[in-house]
Amino acid sequence: MKLLFCVEGLCLVCFVLLSQVSAKNSEDIRCKCICPPYREVEGHIYKQNVSLKDCNCLHVVEPMPVAGKDVEAYCLRCECKFEERSSGTIKVTIIIYLSILGLLLLYMVYLTLLEPMLKRRLFGHSQLIQSEDDVVGDQQPFANAHNVLSRSHSRPNMLNKVEHAQQRWRRQVQEQRKSVFDRHVVLS
Amino acid sequence: MEAAEGVSAPTPTEEMNGAGTLMDFLDEPFPDVGTYEDFHTIDWLREKSRDTDRHRKITSKSRESLWELIKSLLDAWSGWVVMLLIGLLSGTLAGVIDLAVDWMTDLKEGVCLSAFWYSHEQCCWTSNQTTFADRDKCPQWQKWAELMTGHTEGAGAYLLNYFLYILWALLFSFLAVTLVRVFAPYACGSGIPEIKTILSGFIIRGYLGKWTLLIKTVTLVLAVSSGLSLGKEGPLVHVACCCGNLFCSLFSKYSKNEGKRREVLSAAAAAGVSVAFGAPIGGVLFSLEEVSYYFPLKTLWRSFFAALVAAFTLRSINPFGNSRLVLFYVEYHTPWYMAELVPFILLGVFGGLWGALFIRANIAWCRRRKTTQLGKYPVLEVIVVTAITAVLAYPNPYTRRSTSELISELFNDCGALESSQLCDYINNPNMSRPVDDIPDRPAGPGVYNAMWQLALALIFKIVITIFTFGIKIPSGLFIPSMAVGAIAGRIVGIAVEQMAYHHHDWIIFKNWCRPGADCVTPGLYAMVGAAACLGGVTRMTVSLVVIMFELTGGLEYIVPLMAAAVTSKWVADAFGKEGIYESHIQLNGYPYLDVRDEFTHRTLATDVMRPRRNDPPLAVLTQDSTTVEDVETLIKDTDYNGFPVVVSRESERLIGFVQRRDLTLAIKNARQKQDGVVSSSVVYFTEDAPQLPASNPQPLKLRRILNLSPFTVTDHTPMETVVDIFRKLGLRQCLVTRSGRLLGIITKKDVLRHMAQMMNQDPESIMFN
Repeated sequence: MKLLFCVEGLCLVCFVLLSQVSAKNSEDIRCKCICPPYREVEGHIYKQNVSLKDCNCLHVVEPMPVAGKDVEAYCLRCECKFEERSSGTIKVTIIIYLSILGLLLLYMVYLTLLEPMLKRRLFGHSQLIQSEDDVVGDQQPFANAHNVLSRSHSRPNMLNKVEHAQQRWRRQVQEQRKSVFDRHVVLS
Repeated sequence: MEAAEGVSAPTPTEEMNGAGTLMDFLDEPFPDVGTYEDFHTIDWLREKSRDTDRHRKITSKSRESLWELIKSLLDAWSGWVVMLLIGLLSGTLAGVIDLAVDWMTDLKEGVCLSAFWYSHEQCCWTSNQTTFADRDKCPQWQKWAELMTGHTEGAGAYLLNYFLYILWALLFSFLAVTLVRVFAPYACGSGIPEIKTILSGFIIRGYLGKWTLLIKTVTLVLAVSSGLSLGKEGPLVHVACCCGNLFCSLFSKYSKNEGKRREVLSAAAAAGVSVAFGAPIGGVLFSLEEVSYYFPLKTLWRSFFAALVAAFTLRSINPFGNSRLVLFYVEYHTPWYMAELVPFILLGVFGGLWGALFIRANIAWCRRRKTTQLGKYPVLEVIVVTAITAVLAYPNPYTRRSTSELISELFNDCGALESSQLCDYINNPNMSRPVDDIPDRPAGPGVYNAMWQLALALIFKIVITIFTFGIKIPSGLFIPSMAVGAIAGRIVGIAVEQMAYHHHDWIIFKNWCRPGADCVTPGLYAMVGAAACLGGVTRMTVSLVVIMFELTGGLEYIVPLMAAAVTSKWVADAFGKEGIYESHIQLNGYPYLDVRDEFTHRTLATDVMRPRRNDPPLAVLTQDSTTVEDVETLIKDTDYNGFPVVVSRESERLIGFVQRRDLTLAIKNARQKQDGVVSSSVVYFTEDAPQLPASNPQPLKLRRILNLSPFTVTDHTPMETVVDIFRKLGLRQCLVTRSGRLLGIITKKDVLRHMAQMMNQDPESIMFN
C-alpha cells in the first residue's frame, strides 16, 4: 500500500516537473495551416515550427503556391492552428503506464500460476503444518501456502507484517469476488 | 487508586471510587466504536453530532496554547488541502488515461517506428506530407500489414489489418477483465450507481480503496482502447472519488467520520466530471444534481475549488495538444433560427425514446445476467462482446475509430480540410470566402455514402451499447449515449440542410434561408442530439446543459440544448420515472432513499413499524436489570442492528438506543480488559450504577455507547412525514411511541420496503440494511 502511495506521488512530481520543463522543447510546437484547393492549386497542409505570434498563413505557407495578387485571397481560406504538446510527458506517461501494467500482470501470473505450484510442492512434505492450518478454516486456496512459507523460513518481523497485510488484502478481494462475480449481490 | 481499592474494606466511598475507575476506563475510547459494518447504513445525525463534539473540543483547546491554536487552524484548513490534493491527483490521472488511451487506440492499427510511445497524430507531428491525399501517410507510422508484409493496399493487407485489429481488441479486453477479476472486482462497471448509494450513507468497504483506484485507472485505459462501446466519463467519477477517499485517510477529521467523508466524496465527484468533460461548473452541478445526497453550501464551494484545480492540472498536461480538456471541443459560433427549434425538439423526442429503450433493455439484460447462467461466465461474456464489436466495427469507418473521435467529427462543422466523406459537398469553384462562412452547398456522393454508413453505425451503437453497459470491466455510459445522439443529430442536420438548400422557396425556409447563406449547421444538430440522448438516459437537465455549454464555449446554443434536454426528459419520464442509475440501484437493491421521489400514500407509522401484529415483541434492553449474558444471548439470537433501551419491561418508557456493533465491541472489550465482568454482571445504562454488595459481580456501565437522543415519532404520524424525516435527516432508524411507551421501530429498510410495496414492486428486492 505504501508502495502505491510512493508511485502515485512520483507520478505527480514527474508530471508537474515535466509540464514545466518539456514545453520548452523546440520540437513540440507547430503551426499547422490547412489550405483548401484554390483555383488550380491543390489542397495543402503546411506545418512549421514557429511561435504563436507568427502562426499565420503568411509566415507558414512556404513556398507560396500562388502569385502575388492572389496571396491574400488564398490566405483568407487557409486555416492556421497553433498546437503544442510535450513529448516528454507522453513518453514518460506511456512508459510508466506500461511498466505498471507489466508489474500487475507479473503479479497476477505469480498469484494464479506460481503460488499454487509452490503450495503443492510444499504440501508434499509438510502434512503436519497443513492439518494445523485446517483449524483456521481458510477458504482461500493459496493462503495456506503463505502460512507455510512464512513459518518454515521464520522471517524477520517486518516481512511477516507485510505477509499479514497481503493476506488480509487477499481475503478482502476474495470476498469482493464472491459478491460481484459469484453471488451477484452488488454491481450487476 | 486501584492499589488503594485493593487493600481497603468496601466502604461506600470506596465503591464510589470503584465506579470512578469504571468511568475512567470507559472514557478511553476503545477501538472501532462508532464505526459501521460492511453493507450497512450510516446514521447521519450521529455523525453530525460527533463532528460537532470534535469541533467543540478543538476550539476549546485552541485557547490554551499557541500550538493548539495552530493545530485548530490546520484542522480548519484541512478540507481545502484535501480538495487541492484531490484536484491534483484526479487531474493527473485523467491526463494519464487520455494519453494512454490515445496511444493504445492507435496501437490496434499500427505503430510508430521512430518512437513507439507516439500515437498516429503525434508520430506525424512534424512530417511534411503536404498534400491532402498523403496526409495520413507519414513514413514513421506504419500499419501492421505494412510492417509485416510490406503491402499497404489490397485485400490481403486489409484482412491482415482487420484480423490484428480484432486480436488487439480481444487482448485488451481480456487483460482488463482478468485484472479486474484478480485484483479488484469492485473496479468494474461505471460506479456511479454505487457512488450515489455510498453518498446517501451506505458503506461498501473497499469500493473506494487504493487497489480499486489503481486497477480502475489501468483497466479503464484497456477497456476504452479495446474499441468497445463504452466511455471513460463515469469511471473517472469513480476514480476521482477513490482519490478523495485516499486523501481522507490522511486527516482524522475525515477518516474517522463517515458523514464528513461523504462531503469530500461529493466534491471529488465534481472533480471527476470536471476532468471528464473539461467542464468545471458542469461538474459541480452534476455532483449537486445527480450524485450527491447531502450537499451543504460549504461542499459547493469546496467542489468548485476541487473542480477548478483538477481542470487546471489536466490543462497543464494538455493531453490532446489542442489546449482543450476534451477531444470534442467545438468552435463554431454560427447563429441558429427559431424554426430550427422544431427539429431540435424532435431530436429531444428521439433522445427520450432512446433513453427509455436503453434503460428497459439494459436492465432486462442485467437482470438476466444477475439471475441466470449468463452471470457465471463474466470473462467469456466480455470476450464475446468484444469480438462482436470488433468484427462489426472495423468495416465501418465511423465505428472503427474511437467514439470520442467520432463525436468530435460529428460535432464539428465541415472546415477547410475536407477530410471525411461527411464534408464531401459540391463546391462552387469561384467561391472565395473565408473558411468559417461557407454557404450551404449541395451534398456530394460522399455525403450520401456517409449517411448510410452513419445509419448503420447508429443501429450498431444502439444495440451493442445495451449489451456492453454492465459487463465486468470499467464502462461508462456518457460517450456511447452521446455518440448515438450525435449520429442521429448529424443525419437530421444534413437532411434539414439539404432541404433548405433545395427548397429555399418553401414558406418555412423563405424567411431565414436565402440562397448563398450559411443557415444550417449540421454540427449543432449533432450536439443537440447528443445532449438529448444523454438526458434521456441519465435524466440530467441543468448539469447536462451546462456541460454541453462548457464544451462549446458559446452562450448561443443554450436555448436549443435546453429545449432538447427538457423534451427528452419529458418523453423518457413518460415511459419510466427512473434514470439508468436509479434503475441499477433498484436492480441491486441498494438502500437508496431517493430525494426526488414523492410519497403520497396515506399510511401511518404504525402500519410500517416492527414488530407487526403477530410478531414476537420488540427486542429491548432494560436500563438496569439486564445481565451481560442476557445481552449476549440477545445479540446471538437476533440480527437487529440496534436495541432500544427502556426503563423497565413493565413501563416501557424509552431512554435511548444502542447500536449492536457498539454493544458487541463494548462487551468484548470489557470482558478482556476489565476485571470482574462476568456473565452475571448487570449492564447499566443509568447515570450512576447503584451501590452493590461486594458479593455481586462487578457491574458494567455502558452509558457511553447509549444514544440518548434517538429520533421518535408517535404511532399516528403519517408515513409521508416519516419518509421526509428519513430523507432530510438521513436517519437510520426511528422509534415509534404511543403516550410515552415504546411501541416499535422503523428502519430505513422498512421505509424502503414499504415504498416499494406501495409502488407495486417486490419489497424483498431491498437487500441491505
